[in-house]
Amino acid sequence: MTMEATRYDDGTISYPGHPRSRNGAEPVETIDLSEHTAEVVTWTTSMATPPGVREPNHLAIVEFDIGDAVDDGEESVRALVQLTTGDVETGDDVRPVYAEELREPGAGIREPESQDWGGYRFEPV
Amino acid sequence: MERVAIIGCSMTQFGQREGWIQDLLAEAGLECLEDAGVDADDVEHLYVSNMASGEFEGQTGVMNGLAHDIGAIPAYTQRIDQTSSSGGAGIYAAWQSVASGASEMTLLVGGEKMTHRTTGESTDVIASITHPAEYKTGVTLPSFAGMTARHYLERFDAPRESLAKVAVKNHRNGVDNPHAQFQKEVDLETVLESPIVADPLRLYDFCPITDGSAALMLCPESVAEEYADDYVVISGIDGATDTHVVHEREDPTVMGGVVESGKGAYEMSGRDPEDIDVAELHDMFTILEFLQMEGLGFAEQGEAWKLVEEGYTERDSGELPINTSGGLKSKGHPLGASGVAQGVEIYEQLVGEAGQRQVEADVGLCCNVGGFGNCVITTIMEAAQ
Repeated sequence: MTMEATRYDDGTISYPGHPRSRNGAEPVETIDLSEHTAEVVTWTTSMATPPGVREPNHLAIVEFDIGDAVDDGEESVRALVQLTTGDVETGDDVRPVYAEELREPGAGIREPESQDWGGYRFEPV
Repeated sequence: MERVAIIGCSMTQFGQREGWIQDLLAEAGLECLEDAGVDADDVEHLYVSNMASGEFEGQTGVMNGLAHDIGAIPAYTQRIDQTSSSGGAGIYAAWQSVASGASEMTLLVGGEKMTHRTTGESTDVIASITHPAEYKTGVTLPSFAGMTARHYLERFDAPRESLAKVAVKNHRNGVDNPHAQFQKEVDLETVLESPIVADPLRLYDFCPITDGSAALMLCPESVAEEYADDYVVISGIDGATDTHVVHEREDPTVMGGVVESGKGAYEMSGRDPEDIDVAELHDMFTILEFLQMEGLGFAEQGEAWKLVEEGYTERDSGELPINTSGGLKSKGHPLGASGVAQGVEIYEQLVGEAGQRQVEADVGLCCNVGGFGNCVITTIMEAAQ
């Protein structure tokens, strides 16, 4: 299992990847974010969750510094992730822990076969 | 291009309603025809703003049903879905139909039926706008609001109470709106001690789940004079889109769709933020009122909370009353109806029919936000001179 960000021909990076960058450039490579730690930009604990989602659900926007994985262009990328705990602060470093299912496929409105459900939760380093 | 006028409006009671989507749309549609003094068979275009009648109720084709129910056949019909900004997108579509010359009488009806679903089910329908990478985390729109609110409060050193004051203000305004879901004041302590929904935001930082419908009648200004002495013109309108994936935005406190649609509406109307006398903003969450105030130029970035603290946005004493209707916060948020209901409030303010909520206003603005700033429509209206 990987958590792949996409780098584009214009030097921009996004997670998740798209067919073109925000400037219209083509993808050139992927970068596996599951091999990196990240910093918490902001976070919340959701106490009112949809069907098939754990309650409470700890969520964060985190930022990966991936300067060592690229030669030029952008050196960081953000992602929305689940946290293993609500005991975090903005600025904390977190690392990925694999989870087979982040929420229960089929419990919500989305067609279970339309997307993957596995991924990573992030725990404080 | 001829100026587009609004000559009538209606709004059903918002809240938990017994009727289903077709009943709600017909109620608002018929009342709007009566208010405008227009015969149903004079309606050339009929637009229905609705996000998810198929998902909520298993009823599609609501625009066809409405045309039949109110006797507007054979008008051209179209359903407008732009999630929570479906109502604003409906105003844009209706404006285009008249401004282009395609229609000389356009009825716009927005509506949603939601309360028969559980909160979790409704939240999931609304969150289905998200990208698969977001959806699998279980994120909801209230969760985005919680994360954004935390970032805003920490970055701009704003007090938590400033968000609560938005809720207090809008509930106070809603007391004088007979169609509002909650006609009840709340105090600061009640907001700050209500249950946590998405930390640091609590129950009273969020709008409720609502059934309801609202409508506007649009026509060329030259035709408007045949129907009404007092009417409103749409002097500026624009829509814009931001990233689908919310965390890909450069600055979490800037909603690009608000900024861009605002710029377009100001440019078309020749107006500036200083010209706006009253505004309806999309306060689905209290933090959104700050972000829209800043995105539309009513405040500098990171400063909107100070204006709220100073009373700048109060209905009876502020320089720029915001959400005189009670906003989505107390009026309720039937998704497809909300943007249309914002237009109803500004129309009533500009023609002097807002009753206890009336403020002095010649120019009004409404900003309708879909998703978490994913799609936005900003509309500027002016009292006809």
